Amino acid sequence: MLNTYTYPEFAYVQSPEQAAGQLKRHPVVIIGAGPIGMTQALDLAARGVASVILDDNNTVSIGSRAVCYAKRPLEIWDRLGLGEGYAQRGIQWKVGKVFFRNDLAYQFDLLPEAHHKMPAMINLQQYYLEEELVKACDASPLVDLRWKHKLLSLEQTDEVATLTVETPDGIFKLQADWVIAADGANSDTRRMVGADFTGHFFQDRFLIADVVISKTEFPTERWFWFDPPFHRNQSVLLHKECDNVWRIDFQLGWDADPAEEKKPENVIPRIQAMLGPDVEFELEWVSVYQFACRRVDNLRHGRVLFTGDAAHQVSPFGARGANTGVQDCDNLSWKLALILKGDAPLALLDTYHEERAFAADDNLLNSTRSTDFITPKSRASLRLRNAVLELARTEPFARPLVNSGRLSTPTPYVQSSLNTPDVDAFEGAMKPGTNCADAPIRKDGQDAWLLNQLGQGFTLLSFGPGAEAVTVGHVTAQVLEVGKDIVDAQGILAQRYDAQPGTVYLIRPDQHVAARWRAFDATAAQAALARALALH
Amino acid sequence: MPLIRTPNIPGPDSFYEALIAAQRDLADDQADMLLAKLVLILANHVGDRAVLSEALALARQNTLDTPA
Repeated sequence: MLNTYTYPEFAYVQSPEQAAGQLKRHPVVIIGAGPIGMTQALDLAARGVASVILDDNNTVSIGSRAVCYAKRPLEIWDRLGLGEGYAQRGIQWKVGKVFFRNDLAYQFDLLPEAHHKMPAMINLQQYYLEEELVKACDASPLVDLRWKHKLLSLEQTDEVATLTVETPDGIFKLQADWVIAADGANSDTRRMVGADFTGHFFQDRFLIADVVISKTEFPTERWFWFDPPFHRNQSVLLHKECDNVWRIDFQLGWDADPAEEKKPENVIPRIQAMLGPDVEFELEWVSVYQFACRRVDNLRHGRVLFTGDAAHQVSPFGARGANTGVQDCDNLSWKLALILKGDAPLALLDTYHEERAFAADDNLLNSTRSTDFITPKSRASLRLRNAVLELARTEPFARPLVNSGRLSTPTPYVQSSLNTPDVDAFEGAMKPGTNCADAPIRKDGQDAWLLNQLGQGFTLLSFGPGAEAVTVGHVTAQVLEVGKDIVDAQGILAQRYDAQPGTVYLIRPDQHVAARWRAFDATAAQAALARALALH
Repeated sequence: MPLIRTPNIPGPDSFYEALIAAQRDLADDQADMLLAKLVLILANHVGDRAVLSEALALARQNTLDTPA
């Protein structure tokens, strides 16, 4: 197979604590140095919390695996200083084509909303993503990234977790106030704490291939086939990545034999039939991916918190895996940081499960809907699905019913106990519990973006004068005044937040709306801040 | 507006004739497909989710209540 990518090997280093035979206690230990574990460590570092990451391997993701990253994760990475690089490196596509059997059913243009710093999505191989995360972790004095450290067992009391870890130098123990399990769908940590991982709404297998097409002018588009002649009764997705690499997902069905399907002599003719006889390609990576849709019973088990695929597993349609995981990190970091500093009660940590299990269930629902369309379970539903696809050729009304995977978008925490419900009338999307929409602004006479001004702590975004900082315990919400600190030169900020002079938003450290009012009231703002800290 | 459950089609006999005629000379599979498309076309025309839910529930219940 061809290689457009050389896997780095990261050096194992014996930790001083293992060398000295000391039992050391760390505030946070993260299991797994994948995209989620590393993002978690960097976000904790951004909030002043030191963490240790343990990974049983010593390289980045083998194969490109996750490939599509949506706007909200890019915004989170931008808060951590990585978003701009990813947006530049990644491939952006706008045109999607849907094929049914031999023909094009229709094509669409995504037409993403203008005036956002981050694109609606990018395609980027997972190893490129991880490379940058590794560099950032290595550069951070608060992240201790340890390769070739395998977690063997975990015990916990109400106060502390004790981890037994194996390295090339033998076995040693370390302790943690909190353990974050980011060790993927087959999480060992989950088994160690006896967490239930259920759901099983459906299961399927996919053959995932990365191919290099170097000589052809293949357009940067997303192509999705229903029941194509080269792979009858199944679906196929073609996606562009960097370096002339293309991702192809063949749905196999649950009964397929993975070992047989993976053989190049079976894979190559299928891809050739799909690309056409004249297209030269080489295989870079082939893998069979099987999944079930499920979620861990509770995202918190005592001192252990589950994130990413260790917490929830979805189908690949809509790129929900990594995108959801990064938002888990975003939700967890500020809460854990406040609890470690003693500035918020443990009840705040339970809202991590409340909010992110709600989001995971929303993702599972979207995944299930896509799968029901792509893989109809009965003759009658197959007929309806095909009726939609046949109508879509000529009838615009049928096209929104075509579901080849909906792009992952954030799930607003509309029912969160941290929200203060509106008492004033507001229009638009920025309801309490919603992630803040970005908007172009001017700052110090320069073009800038709203989200880059948020996220260090709590913020009172005040449209015009009138708001004052409020404090609960050691936590202060600082004022960001539109018209003074930042300028809404194009009026897009006020429009997206349905703002009038005097409107004030209380925004959480993860850039989510906690409360909003038409006029500032210090008592109300303080009560909302206390509520957002789970101090009821 | 709730789902209309009283007679609402002027000329019911000619409508039914047209419904049958639309399937003339079609194979069974094609006729089934025609009905599926008709459902989608009409559902889009109605648009009102509450009315559609009522119609779905009525069709399902009436089917379940009918001896096989």
